[in-house]
Amino acid sequence: MRFRDLIRLALDSALRARMRSIMLLLAMSIGVAAVIALTSLGEGARRYVANEFQALGTRMIIVIPGRSETGGVSPGMLAGETPRALTLSDALAVQRLPGVERVAPLVVGSAPASAGALEREAPVMGSSAELMPVHGFKLARGEFLPSGDLSRDTAVAVIGNNIARELFPGREAIGGNLRIADRRFRVIGVLADQGRMIGMDSQELVIVPVSAAQALFNTESLFRLLIQAQTRDDMNRVREATIEAIRLRHQGEEDVTVITQDALLSTFDRIFTALTLTLAGIASISLAVAGVLIMNVMLVSVSQRTSEVGLLKAIGATRSQITALFLTEAILLSVAGAISGLFVGLGVDWIVGHLYPSLPLSPPVWAVVMALVVAIISGVVFGLMPARRAARLDPVAALAGRR
Amino acid sequence: MIELRNICRHFQMGDQQVRALDDVNVHIDSGEYVSIMGPSGSGKSTLLNVLGLLDRPTAGTYLLDGRETTSLDDEELAHTRARKIGFIFQSFHLIPRLTAFENVELPLVLAGVAPDVRRPRVQELLASLSLESRARHRPNELSGGQRQRVAIARAMVMQPAVLLADEPTGNLDHISGAEVLAAIEGLNAKGITLLVVTHDAEVSQRARRHIRMRDGRVVEDL
Ligand SMILES: Nc1ncnc2c1ncn2[C@@H]1O[C@H](COP(=O)(O)OP(=O)(O)O)[C@@H](O)[C@H]1O
Ligand SMILES: [Mg+2]
Repeated sequence: MRFRDLIRLALDSALRARMRSIMLLLAMSIGVAAVIALTSLGEGARRYVANEFQALGTRMIIVIPGRSETGGVSPGMLAGETPRALTLSDALAVQRLPGVERVAPLVVGSAPASAGALEREAPVMGSSAELMPVHGFKLARGEFLPSGDLSRDTAVAVIGNNIARELFPGREAIGGNLRIADRRFRVIGVLADQGRMIGMDSQELVIVPVSAAQALFNTESLFRLLIQAQTRDDMNRVREATIEAIRLRHQGEEDVTVITQDALLSTFDRIFTALTLTLAGIASISLAVAGVLIMNVMLVSVSQRTSEVGLLKAIGATRSQITALFLTEAILLSVAGAISGLFVGLGVDWIVGHLYPSLPLSPPVWAVVMALVVAIISGVVFGLMPARRAARLDPVAALAGRR
Repeated sequence: MIELRNICRHFQMGDQQVRALDDVNVHIDSGEYVSIMGPSGSGKSTLLNVLGLLDRPTAGTYLLDGRETTSLDDEELAHTRARKIGFIFQSFHLIPRLTAFENVELPLVLAGVAPDVRRPRVQELLASLSLESRARHRPNELSGGQRQRVAIARAMVMQPAVLLADEPTGNLDHISGAEVLAAIEGLNAKGITLLVVTHDAEVSQRARRHIRMRDGRVVEDL
């Protein structure tokens, strides 16, 4: 049999049994579309996070008090355990290291904040003017913390949007008096809404000079030290110099963990890649379901066409020709289903991309290849059994419509 | 041409053995016109299926063109069927989704014959059976007689040596039946070996040789 005749006969049979073909096409395209859409989602989330990290500034180095044995990011460190103090003078020492552009110390805590008769509990962050360029904070209006001597305790505060609305309802917060615990501050700026920053909601934040926060919380130790290197190439040198400098200052004890943006990013990258793979795995289940459906529908088709198979044998068709005819039909249907599923999946991505422009979706190439290959393989694998059953039919019984 | 020696075809039905063919010995020469008659269940169809290599005998030898066939494998049987044997059935057995032309063309397609060789051959055959105007019609748009003539064209398209017809007029009215008989007798006149299974004595009388069967045995061969 010629290849073109084989395709024509299989196609003819598929097109004639319209309901059956539509069902198979649908099942296969749902499977492929699910793989495409779900992996796009995982991949989109990964890139979204990567972009957020890029926006933070790629040159950031974070010093965390306490030693991590693995050198990776442990949950305890992210939760901010403080086994040994990291101080403002450590920050000043790091500031003087070569390759360091800026240093922003961080002290965090929570305290009652009030304006007039209104009061609420607010997360308070103590830092310096450098926090804005280092970490990428943006202002809605007003000014950020003034630059200058870190140890000078200026009574000014920059507050988040929600704090401003709740404590200064219906009036301008800037210039207003804010009381935090027993200390008075003048509001000089309101933060732009940037979602979560350093694990805190930027709308719910009160930022004050670091020494004021230290006095508020009665502590010398820092929660974090954020360093910005001059160039990306300086990052490693700065990281090592920082570890060494702090070790010298801490009586030879290496008691801090220094991580770079890259390390954090690759951790998230691993997490999201695993997530994407999981989603791909879940979605491939629907491909397997489609394969089983192909098998069942083709088996029904074989039993409906028993006498046709008998006739083919009577006019001289061999077993392999009959196998080829049925198998080609199954493969054509699964390929067509895979291709239409690809377009449905991309269509879903396109629609989601329009609804949520900040989450641009596109499937990873490996997922597209995998979905198509698995679809076609399942057409072959699940089409083979019914095709061989057709080929093995006894011609006399088949002609009589018996199996 | 055809040589059956001690052919048996037994079916096991539970603990009972059905002897559809029981020690059949028949010799048929090239170009003969043979009718096979007998009561229902006497083994006529089974005999035709064995002759057409669709069924394997339980015992005995079958020589086709001097060649032993009982030892051939499935693949060789299929090829022999394709080249040497044409079948016509009572119920036509046309493929409903294919046109008359495509049904006739099918054996050539399976044999891998090129389209431009196939086309004139199919057209010529359809014309010789007065079906040229029906070529693009599907079986459900054809009359019974036309369907059977399409089936004849399909049986003939590979130019076989033997034409096996199992009650070819059984589903047809008298006039269509006569047309179909005339068509296959015309082929016999050109040299094909023709075997017709029939219930109809009038049909049987037209053959030159008459085989009568009962209980799986040949009881008369005149
Ligand atoms: N596949 C089969 N299984 C069991 N018995 C069969 C089978 N095919 C035919 N027979 C039996 O063999 C005998 C001959 O059948 P058949 O050749 O069809 O007779 P005819 O065509 O003369 O009416 C019948 O008794 C029939 O029941
Ligand atoms: Mg019969």
